[in-house]
Amino acid sequence: MFESIGEMALLFFRTLGSLPQVWRQRHKVCEQFFEIGNASLLMVCILSFFIGGVICLLTGPVLVERGLASSIGGLVGISMCKELAPVMMSILIAGRIGSAMAAEIGSMQVYQEIDALRTMNINPIHYLVLPRLVAIAVALPLLVVFAILIGWGGGSLVAALNHQISISFQSFFANLRDFVTVGNVANGLLKSFVFALVIAVVSCHQGLKTIGGPRGIGRSVTKAVVNCIVMIVILDYFLTRLTL
Amino acid sequence: MNESPSNPATQRGVAVRVRGLCKRLQGTPVLQDIDLDVAPGEIFVIMGPSGSGKSVLLRHLSGLMEPDAGEVLVGGQPVRAPELMPDYRLAMVFQSGALLNSLTVGENVGLFLREHRLKPPAEIARIVAEKLAVVGLKGQEHKLPAELSGGMKKRAAIARALVIDPQLILYDEPTSELDPVSASVIAEEIVRLQRRIGVTSIVVSHDRDLVFGIADRLAVISGGRILAVGTPARIRAHPNAELQAFLNVDFQFPSLKQTV
Ligand SMILES: Nc1ncnc2c1ncn2[C@@H]1O[C@H](COP(=O)(O)OP(=O)(O)OP(=O)(O)O)[C@@H](O)[C@H]1O
Ligand SMILES: [Mg+2]
Repeated sequence: MFESIGEMALLFFRTLGSLPQVWRQRHKVCEQFFEIGNASLLMVCILSFFIGGVICLLTGPVLVERGLASSIGGLVGISMCKELAPVMMSILIAGRIGSAMAAEIGSMQVYQEIDALRTMNINPIHYLVLPRLVAIAVALPLLVVFAILIGWGGGSLVAALNHQISISFQSFFANLRDFVTVGNVANGLLKSFVFALVIAVVSCHQGLKTIGGPRGIGRSVTKAVVNCIVMIVILDYFLTRLTL
Repeated sequence: MNESPSNPATQRGVAVRVRGLCKRLQGTPVLQDIDLDVAPGEIFVIMGPSGSGKSVLLRHLSGLMEPDAGEVLVGGQPVRAPELMPDYRLAMVFQSGALLNSLTVGENVGLFLREHRLKPPAEIARIVAEKLAVVGLKGQEHKLPAELSGGMKKRAAIARALVIDPQLILYDEPTSELDPVSASVIAEEIVRLQRRIGVTSIVVSHDRDLVFGIADRLAVISGGRILAVGTPARIRAHPNAELQAFLNVDFQFPSLKQTV
């Protein structure tokens, strides 16, 4: 396990070292970027809408009962932008994009495509890892911005329509504005940026060390997704602790 | 060396020298104490039964695998992972073709030139079309590898290698999936490339017509060891029984035919 972490750190720093190549690889970055967007925008919207809704639904009646109805907007606002949007979206993207990265690179490894690249003097880190890392590091925070906004929307809708809560849109968002600072949103985006790096590095690393045939690819994909999720949740705790 | 290769216009080829190369894979010895010398610009053929370690040997020559013991020198330098040798041009035709499945045939063939920014796009398109025509895949640029037959993939992989203008070119069974006519075209192209740029060519093949048609020298490998090295004439006359059996087998099955 420590060996893998070392290898991943090495892969990460090698990829960082190849950042000057990013302009050369811009077409591949764009390609990856749009693939990530296409594959996950709709799911991000649906997921965050319901997450915002369920937070409001769970906490709303309790808060209303204790005369704290005015803080519902703040609670949904903060929890969405500092924790739920970055973590849940990162997990979604780990499942949706991390798996695709591991599968694609893994199959290229198994079918000697990576060896072919290497014999042509094309560094697989520049050609495969770098564009994926950059694309996801840009795309995931953007998706999280969407998720935060839509989560707030979902929460406010539930607050307005649920008869136990019934708080108008205006007072929900007025309250949200009182609580949520730009710093909170930036905090969530920073988290998602870190998680994006984790997803790219873990998935590409698993892909590159795939051995065996199709079954090896399957194993790599599973490992990549599970390791991503575990690392996201653990890192989430420490990042939260650090930025408290 | 008994025969010096014919003098090509330019001599790009590098010498390849292998000394005491040993490799175990998952506990079993695959290559044992291999010594080889390939002269610059030579067409050197490696023959041997299936599973004798030919592909593994090529992987060592290209730097994709590291030996357990012994050394591989290319142009006098120890070989390293190919992406760490930016000034050295290698081309390798993999046994499976190893085309990038997500790219079209044309993009695959032009990949080297495009990634290294060696030519403007229009020029690359022209070269790609030309090389595809050479291997008999004219106008197939826009197909994906998945839409090609095995032999077509192999030919596209050969086109991809021809584009590189390499110093060393390694062919892993270039004609194994081809009909005799396509095979002879590929054989001709192997020789032509060698004549044109003086590339050192190492060809792994079982195809006796190809081998004796193009080889300057050849090595026979069996069970991870070199059985014999020499000119085609010397190998034909070699006394080793296993080697003679390998060379002279023919597909007549008198015993089977009688019973039918
Ligand atoms: N990655 C690997 N792991 C373990 N063993 C391997 C690996 N690659 C090859 N081998 C073993 O090495 C031996 C030689 O394999 P190699 O692919 O070099 O054979 P070959 O001479 O190219 O045969 P063919 O003509 O069928 O292609 C085989 O016995 C094979 O089982
Ligand atoms: Mg082989």
